[in-house]
Amino acid sequence: MSGIWVWLEQFQGQVPSVSWEALGVARRLAEAMAGPVTAVLLGHGVAARAEEAIAMGADMVRVAEHPDLADFRLEPYLAVLAPMVAEAQPQAVLLGGTARGRELVGGLAAELGTAALMDVIEVSVEDGRIMAVRPIYEGKLFARVTVERGPALLAIRGRAFPKPEPDPSRRGEVIAVPVDLEASGFPTEVLEWIPEAAGEIPLNEARIVVGGGRGVGGPEGFEPLRELARALGAALGATRAVVDAGWIPYKYQVGQTGKTISPDLYIACGISGAIQHLSGLRGVKVIVAINKDPEAPIFKVARYGVVDDLFKIVPALTAELRRRGLAKV
Amino acid sequence: MDFRLNDEHRMVQQMVREFAEREVRPVIQEHDRAQKPIPWLFERMAALGLLGICIPVKYGGAGMDYISLGLACEELERVDSSLRVVMSVHVALNSLSLLQWGTEEQKQRYLVPQARGEKIAAYALTEPGAGSDAAAIRTTARRQGDVYLLNGEKTWISLADLADHFLVIAKTDPEKGHRGMSAFIVERTFPGVKTGTIHGKLGVRAGNTGWIVFENTPVPAENRLGEEGEGFYIAMAALDNGRYTVAAGATGLIRACLEASVQYANQRTTFGKRIGEHQLVQEMIAKMAANYEIARLLYLRAGWMKNMGLRNTRETSLAKWFATEAAVQAALDAIQIHGAYGYSDEYDVERYLRNAKGEVIYEGTSQIHTLIQAEYALGYRRDRPLRCELPAYDPEVWRAEPAPA
Amino acid sequence: MNIVVLVKQTPDTAANLTVDASGRVSWGDAPLIVNPWDEFAIEESLRLKEKFGGKVAAITMGPESAKEALKQAVAMGCDEAILLHDPAFEGSDAVVTATILAAAVRKLGAVDLVFMGKESVDGNSAQVPPALARRLGWPLLAYVGKIREVDPAGRSIVVERILEEGRQVVRAPLPAVLSAMQMNEPRYPSFMGIRKAARMAIPIWTAADLGLAPDQVGAAASAARWPAIFAPPKPEVRCEFIQGESPEEIARILVDRLLAEKVL
Repeated sequence: MSGIWVWLEQFQGQVPSVSWEALGVARRLAEAMAGPVTAVLLGHGVAARAEEAIAMGADMVRVAEHPDLADFRLEPYLAVLAPMVAEAQPQAVLLGGTARGRELVGGLAAELGTAALMDVIEVSVEDGRIMAVRPIYEGKLFARVTVERGPALLAIRGRAFPKPEPDPSRRGEVIAVPVDLEASGFPTEVLEWIPEAAGEIPLNEARIVVGGGRGVGGPEGFEPLRELARALGAALGATRAVVDAGWIPYKYQVGQTGKTISPDLYIACGISGAIQHLSGLRGVKVIVAINKDPEAPIFKVARYGVVDDLFKIVPALTAELRRRGLAKV
Repeated sequence: MDFRLNDEHRMVQQMVREFAEREVRPVIQEHDRAQKPIPWLFERMAALGLLGICIPVKYGGAGMDYISLGLACEELERVDSSLRVVMSVHVALNSLSLLQWGTEEQKQRYLVPQARGEKIAAYALTEPGAGSDAAAIRTTARRQGDVYLLNGEKTWISLADLADHFLVIAKTDPEKGHRGMSAFIVERTFPGVKTGTIHGKLGVRAGNTGWIVFENTPVPAENRLGEEGEGFYIAMAALDNGRYTVAAGATGLIRACLEASVQYANQRTTFGKRIGEHQLVQEMIAKMAANYEIARLLYLRAGWMKNMGLRNTRETSLAKWFATEAAVQAALDAIQIHGAYGYSDEYDVERYLRNAKGEVIYEGTSQIHTLIQAEYALGYRRDRPLRCELPAYDPEVWRAEPAPA
Repeated sequence: MNIVVLVKQTPDTAANLTVDASGRVSWGDAPLIVNPWDEFAIEESLRLKEKFGGKVAAITMGPESAKEALKQAVAMGCDEAILLHDPAFEGSDAVVTATILAAAVRKLGAVDLVFMGKESVDGNSAQVPPALARRLGWPLLAYVGKIREVDPAGRSIVVERILEEGRQVVRAPLPAVLSAMQMNEPRYPSFMGIRKAARMAIPIWTAADLGLAPDQVGAAASAARWPAIFAPPKPEVRCEFIQGESPEEIARILVDRLLAEKVL
C-alpha cells in the first residue's frame, strides 16, 4: 500500500478549484508518508488536463477516457475507479467535496468496504495514519475522524486548503488506462444540461459573497446588492426567509437546506443572523454586517458592522469601489 | 396522574407551532402596524383543520379533544393574539355553542360549514351599554309569525366585518331580565344586517373588531338556538369555552415574553456581563417562568374537565383570570428587560403588551373574575345543571365518520 | 408506486449543542425533529403516491425514541412505519447503515423508489444515499431538485439533479435511490394523520429480523472512527462598528479596512 490518489473532477473539460486544492493536500500527505501522488482523470477528451495535473503536484496521472465517462454518472465512474483503487491499494484517495465528489466517495466506500471522511477542513498524519477534522451538526461541532482500514477516502471542503501554484518545470508520468465499458451497460442516461445563469459566479467557489436578508424589503431590494456583487466580482446569496418569500430563487440560498459557503469576505445586508443562516458560513475570513438593528445577532459574528440603512450604505460602497478603481465593472 | 402530553397532543402542538412560526411570524409585524388582518389567514387555518379542531368528524371537524384546542391556542398566541382570537370566536364561542345547544338541523346547516372553515362565525353579546352586565342588553327579538325581528346594536365584536354567521344574544322578553334573553343564529346576508370596523385599538391590531347593527332583521324561528329565555345561559356557557381559549392563549403570550426575554438577556451586555446575569433581571425572568407553568397547568386542568364532561365555570374563570393578569405582567417585564428597544415596534414585546391588555378586559374583566372566585369561595355561587351540557369528549363519537347520505 | 422514505431523527437545527469530555453530544431542552432534508423527501413521496397510487413506508434506524420521527412521517401521510433498532446497530458508520437499510428495503419486497434527504443535519455526510444505492445495486439519483416525469408502467423516472454548475437532467430505470434537495414545501401533519400516527403500533426490526449477523453491523463492522468530538475553536471576533458623517464616509472607512484585511 503506497501513495496518495486524487480524483480530479472535470466538467466539460474544466477541473474545479477544489480538485486542485485536494491535489495540494495530497502532496502534503505524500511527503509526510513518503509516497507518490497519483492523479486520476476520468472523462472523454480530457487528456490535456494531465500535464496541468503534473504542474499542480501530481507525480503520475492515470487517464481513463471513454464516451460513457463524458458526463459524470456514478455507475460508470465507479465501475472504472473502484477496481483501479482496489488493485493499487493507495493509502488514501482524496477528492473535492462537490456534489459529484460526495456521490463518488460514498459509492467507493461501499464498494471497497471502507469509509469516507467528509468535509475535511484539516488533515494530519499521526503514527502513519491519516487524521482529519471535519465539521458536523452544520458546523456547530467538530469531529476528529479517521479510517480503521484502508484506503482512507477523504472529501475535502472547498476553499479550506490553498490551491497549489502550478510549477511548469515539474515532470511526471501520464498513463492511459484502458477502459472496457460495455456500451449502454449503465442504467442512467443524461438527457440534458441546464447551466446556471451565464456569467454568475457559483456561490461555493466565490471569494466574495454579498448576502441579502429580510431587510432588503422585497425582490427589487436585491438590485443594489447585485450591483455591489458585480462591482466586487462576487456571488449573490440570500437567507431562507427571502427565498421562501419568493424574492429570489432557491439557488441563492445560504444556510441550512441551502448552500454552505466559505468566502474570504461575506457582506451581510439586512440579515439578522439566524443560526440556520450562520450555519451556512464556514471559515469565512471577514464578515461585514449592514443592518439597522444594532442588536441583530449577525453583529456577534461580524468583524465590521454598520448600523444603518442598507439602501444608503450599499450603493455608497459600490460607488467607493468604483471611485478607487477597485471595481470589476 | 400523568402530566405528560400524549403523542397526539405533542403532534398537534408541534404542527400548530410550525404553522404559526413559519407562515405567520414573518408577516405579523407589518399587518399589526398596518392594522390589517392577514388576508389568507382563514383559508390556511381551514386547510389545516384548525377551524374545526375539536368538533366531531361527523360535523365536519377534525375530531380532536378540548385539550388540543387549548394547545393550539397557546401556540397561536405565542405568535400573535389575533390568531387565537379567531379560535376563541369561531370555534369556542360560536361553534361549540352550536355543538352544545343546537338541533341536528342547525348543526348540519351551520356547524358543518363552520367546522370545515367554509363559513366564519362570530359571537355577538356586548353592546354599547352592556359589557360585564350582560343582562342589560337592549337588542330585541320580537316574534312575528315564523320569524323574529331583530333590532339593536352590538359592539366590540371580533370578526364583525369578516364573519358569515353570528350568534346573537337578544331580549325576547325585555321585562324578564336575564330570563328574557334568547340566542339566535344570524347570517350576514339576512336583511337589515350592517357591520363596521372599530379603528384605533390599542392591541390585536392584526385582528378585525367591529360593530353590528340589526334593523328589523328577520330571523327564521328555526334559527333560535335553544329555548326562548335560555339566551343568558347559552351566552354564559359560551363564555366557559371562550375563556378557556383566552386562558390558553394568554399562556402562550407569557411564553412568548419569556422566550424573547431569555434570548435578549443572553445577548445584550451591560457593565461587562450579560444582562441575564443581573439579579433584578433574573427576578423578572423567574416570575415569567413560574407564571407560565402555573397558567399552563390551570388551563390544561380546565381542558381535562371539558374532556371529562365536568362543569368547569369556576376553573376556567380562574385560569383566564390568572393567565391574562400574568400575561400583562410578563409583557411589561419583557419590555423592561429589552430597555428602550422594547419600547419600539422593531421588537415584538411592545405588541405583546398591547395585546395582553385587552385580555384582562374581554371575556370577563379581571374584576368580574375576582368576584366570581370570591363568590365560589364564600359559597355565594353555585353551578346549576344546564339543560344541555357541553358534551364530554368521546374519541369514538368524535372520530366516527358521518353516515353516508 | 411503492416508495420507501428514509427519515432520521436529529436535534432541532436551532439547538445549542454541547459536548462533554467523553464526546457525548447533548442539546438541552431542544426538541428532536425529522431531519429537514428528509421532510422534502417525505413530501415528494406523498405527492408521487397521490398521483400514481401505492404506498409510502417510512423507515428509520435509531433508538426507540426515534419512533417520534416515524410518527411525524405517518402524521404527514405515510402509510407504514418501521423502526430498525438493535443494540448491535450502535456505532454503525454510513456504509454499515446503508447495509442495514438495504436489508430492510429488500425485506419489504416490491419497492420502486427509495427516497431520503440529501444529507442529515447532524452527520452532514451525504454518504448513505450512494452507499445504499450500491448495496441495493440500484441507480442513484442524488441531489434531486425536481422530478420531471415518472412512468410506472415503463418503469422509468426523469429528474433534474442540482450540481454546482447547473442542473443535470437524468433518466433512470426503476427501482432507484433518490436524495432530495429543497424541492417542495413540506406539508404539515393533518389531524387525521396525527390520530392515525398516535394509535399506530410501529414494528421494530432487529439485526436478526434482517438476516444480518452481529459482525456485519455496528462499530465492529464500521471502518470510520471518531476519536473526538469537540466544540470548534471560537474565533475571537469583536465587531468594529464603522461610523461616519455620511454613507460615503462609512464606505470609505470600510473599504480601507477591507483592503487592510486583504479580502478585496
